[in-house]
Amino acid sequence: MAELSKPHSESVFPSAIREGIIAGIIAFGLFVLIIGFRTDQNISNELILTQRWGLLAIMVAIAAVGRFLFKAFISPWLTARLKAREAVETVEGGEPSFFRRNFSQLAILFLLIYPVLIVLMVGLQGSLKWVDNFGIQILIYVMLAWGLNIVVGLAGLLDLGYVAFYAVGAYSYALLSTYYGLSFWVLLPMAGIFAATWGVILGFPVLRLRGDYLAIVTLAFGEIIRLVLINWTAVTKGTFGISGIAKATLFGIPFTAGPNGFAAIFGLPLSAAYYKIFLYYLILFLALLTAWVTIRLRRMPVGRAWEALREDEIACRSLGINTTTTKLTAFATGAMFGGFAGSFFAARQGFVSPESFVFLESAVVLAIVVLGGMGSLIGIAVAAVVMIGGTEILREMQFLKFVFGPNFTPELYRMLIFGLAMVTVMVWKPRGFVGSREPSAFLHKRKLVSGAFTKEGHG
Amino acid sequence: MEYFIQQLINGLTLGSIYGLIAIGYTMVYGIIGMINFAHGDIFMLGAFMALIVFLILTTFVGGVPVVLALLLMMIVSMCLTSLWSWTIERIAYRPLRGSFRLAPLITAIGMSIALSNFVQVTQGPRNKPIPSLVNSGFTIYGTNITISLKQIVIIVVTAVLLAAFWYLVNRTSLGRAQRACEQDRKMAALLGINVDRTISLTFVMGAALAAVAGTLYLMFYGVISFSDGFIPGVKAFTAAVLGGIGSIPGAVVGGLLIGLIEALWSAYFSIDYKDVAAFSILAIVLIFMPSGILGRPEVEKV
Amino acid sequence: MSVTQSMSGQSMDPILKVEHLSMKFGGLVAINDLSLEARRGDITAIIGPNGAGKTTVFNCITGFYKPTGGMLTLSRQNGEKYLLERLPDYLITHKARVARTFQNIRLFSGLTALENLLVAQHNMLMKSSGYTILGLLGLPGYKRASVEATEKARYWLEKINLIDRADDPAGDLPYGAQRRLEIARAMCTDPELLCLDEPAAGLNPRESAELNKLLLDIRDETGTSILLIEHDMAVVMEISDHVVVLEYGTKISDGKPEMVRNDPKVIAAYLGVEDEEIAELIDEVAAPTGADPADIAVARLAKEAVAEIAKEQAVTKGEPKVKPARKTTAAKPVSARKTSARAKKPSGGSK
Repeated sequence: MAELSKPHSESVFPSAIREGIIAGIIAFGLFVLIIGFRTDQNISNELILTQRWGLLAIMVAIAAVGRFLFKAFISPWLTARLKAREAVETVEGGEPSFFRRNFSQLAILFLLIYPVLIVLMVGLQGSLKWVDNFGIQILIYVMLAWGLNIVVGLAGLLDLGYVAFYAVGAYSYALLSTYYGLSFWVLLPMAGIFAATWGVILGFPVLRLRGDYLAIVTLAFGEIIRLVLINWTAVTKGTFGISGIAKATLFGIPFTAGPNGFAAIFGLPLSAAYYKIFLYYLILFLALLTAWVTIRLRRMPVGRAWEALREDEIACRSLGINTTTTKLTAFATGAMFGGFAGSFFAARQGFVSPESFVFLESAVVLAIVVLGGMGSLIGIAVAAVVMIGGTEILREMQFLKFVFGPNFTPELYRMLIFGLAMVTVMVWKPRGFVGSREPSAFLHKRKLVSGAFTKEGHG
Repeated sequence: MEYFIQQLINGLTLGSIYGLIAIGYTMVYGIIGMINFAHGDIFMLGAFMALIVFLILTTFVGGVPVVLALLLMMIVSMCLTSLWSWTIERIAYRPLRGSFRLAPLITAIGMSIALSNFVQVTQGPRNKPIPSLVNSGFTIYGTNITISLKQIVIIVVTAVLLAAFWYLVNRTSLGRAQRACEQDRKMAALLGINVDRTISLTFVMGAALAAVAGTLYLMFYGVISFSDGFIPGVKAFTAAVLGGIGSIPGAVVGGLLIGLIEALWSAYFSIDYKDVAAFSILAIVLIFMPSGILGRPEVEKV
Repeated sequence: MSVTQSMSGQSMDPILKVEHLSMKFGGLVAINDLSLEARRGDITAIIGPNGAGKTTVFNCITGFYKPTGGMLTLSRQNGEKYLLERLPDYLITHKARVARTFQNIRLFSGLTALENLLVAQHNMLMKSSGYTILGLLGLPGYKRASVEATEKARYWLEKINLIDRADDPAGDLPYGAQRRLEIARAMCTDPELLCLDEPAAGLNPRESAELNKLLLDIRDETGTSILLIEHDMAVVMEISDHVVVLEYGTKISDGKPEMVRNDPKVIAAYLGVEDEEIAELIDEVAAPTGADPADIAVARLAKEAVAEIAKEQAVTKGEPKVKPARKTTAAKPVSARKTSARAKKPSGGSK
């Protein structure tokens, strides 16, 4: 065995060394200016250069050694593993494990008891961070991504301006509650309706555009809405944003310190954690509502028409389907959930400003939809947990300060890592985490449709 | 009238920069049908490269003539920015070729996020101002219209580059290979064209033009920051779509048009809403001319 | 299933009347002043060399193109009349009850065969689901309709022998099955006129014979009129009640299959009139083969054609309409006849 593997590794090493050297040279070219020098302002606000040859050398070495290791060890190992796996798979198809089969039920159960677990583990005060930064934050993105999934994943319409509807929802709540004092529960459905209306208004003229033309126009609409929010200072207070937005109430019971507050009524010690836990369950409910509606709609004619539209628009028209209204319903339904999420966001933050509705947010939500596997609710939820949770957890990694020195701030690298993770995951799994499609109806047996057959739409 | 002409000149200057960036978008789109979202950040990177070259020249060499300094900034920035674009194509786009259409779009957005944050991490988040390189200007005789030397440099450099670029695409074998790949990649490969290399070169050429645009932008505005790639990038992409994506003359026309709209809108209406105007005109043009101004209409084959 | 049998040729009531249809693309005239009729309960075939404008006629009928001029009148069984050139494409299917298939199969490849047939019943299901809202609440009306829709899909899947593959993605089916599924999908829209664009293209002889049977069944069992474009003469001659021949966007012949087959103009259009091609054809026929009935059929057909051409040449010598450009189109019909003759074998055996 050892005799056999030897000539193989020998043939790999020279080429791996060569590749490593090339990678080092390229890395030197890439980094020589941008890492080799740092521009800083001095006291008189003039730029001065600081040289960082050590760091440059480290980066070049990492690139060269990394490439060498990849070529010499990781790549052969990966191909070997792939072969081994293929051999195994042909032998037995294998029933999925209990965990895999009941994944969604288990996941929902976990989400329901998550705040309780956290409170038990780290106490009421310590739970704030885990419920708010992780639970609520991730669930907002899950809901947004599930909403966008209707537009992109099911109907196959590339929408790069989804954040506009999120903004419409958030500002509807912020403005109407500050100016007219309406309550959250009245404004939540209204925000959804407003966003859906905007979806129809924006969608109507542009939905006959195809492919990337639609993408750029939706991006433009997203930017227009943000710019209007910035510049229409009389109403929106511009970049200062609207603060002091009323909190949501538990069917009329406010989460305040007074005698009518939640804590006083239930005889509990006053804590901000209750409100956060309430918000957690609220967004969990909204997200599950989105999922439930999506699942129901997929089994209805309109949902099937969306998927058919993604597959072939011309064939849809030949079957008597009005593609314009079908697209509009997809756009409006997606926008409505964006609006719900937006009004929740405003209630949670108590503050909205145009800063929260930049293109980056649309991009992140779209990335979650695609990384999850278009159309798959579970895949999307997993992608949101990985991408949002992963970057949130970076904030917690204070131990890195001991490795890189006390000036190291992990937050700074958050978006850099986020971007690189998007690239890595996509290259690793181009069809997303869940690449197969579950049919909406079956005669004999529900079989998953491989991603190789589904199309991603062109509109 | 004078005011109008003045704004026209300002618009042309801005439009030239947009046009240079837009060519990169339109070429990549033409050849592989992908929106290269990272292109705006490539432009920003080009400006940073030029900035660092400029600082190296002033700190370590000193007393370099302005023309030579500008030329050096441009050339170094073109080379290194192209290398970046080449590497990105290799790492993030090539593995996804022929797969699912949205996958490269997502890696491009990922690369865009990564690039701007990389520059933020390595160069710091603050604005980077440089002293004005070219100061003089002149007034057109008998009027109040002033043209600064900067504007002339931008328009001349753009014109020269476009001419060279036109020659490259229309008169060389590389250009022919590129146009062949645009028409039918599989057939081009069967005829012995190295498709991967042609696509790489497309990215390199687009990045080189974006680097020049970055250098000119830095010279014109005298300041750059890590987040400056997004807005010009989106505007340039808008320009490419407006002109008809896939069409190189369309990109230039679209760039100039967006520049003019912005300049005139800011001058006559409201500077706050200039971007709104540009985006609204994009939407309106596309509603009436669904494939842009110079784009080939998409024939729906039944 | 209601049987509204109507023997071919008995009813003279046209389901579709095309009058003075013309379609121009810029300077190119694809269809020029074309008038034709498809009778209710008939299978009407449109044939003609490549580029004759057959698919363009289809696209005008089904609303994918708006004709430059002319009138397309569709009369439904209940007496309603529709001017198709004024309807948007989806209403032509929904209201005027015209369904179609495509030359390059356009199935929803990522949806299962069953789902493809359910999508086709969109408008019916949409209404019964109260435009989604009632269905979302889980009202029984939609449940019943959805069971009915599945039953209808099951009926058609059995009819096209795909019941075992109902839950497989359409893109995974073999080519012939995809063609049949596309026809079944069109039938699920409850059409009164079914337009088929080259349904036999790419089918092997056995599949082609199955297709013939399917189309005859559709006509006889559902009373649906069929309009088809086809190159496969076995299909055309065997099943159609009426044949229309197009060339360069105009009608050159119109009548019963036997009549059209012997029309010298048609033969000229198909075979061209150049000597070398005739010689080629003679060579092909003369080539030694076994006593296969198919070859005899080819020989007979070709002999007829040659005789006709000779006659026609003698009659219309000097007519300037003869052009060398025909050469390209001439090659295909010859092979089409060959395959058609072969395709006759199984059906001929069963008779």
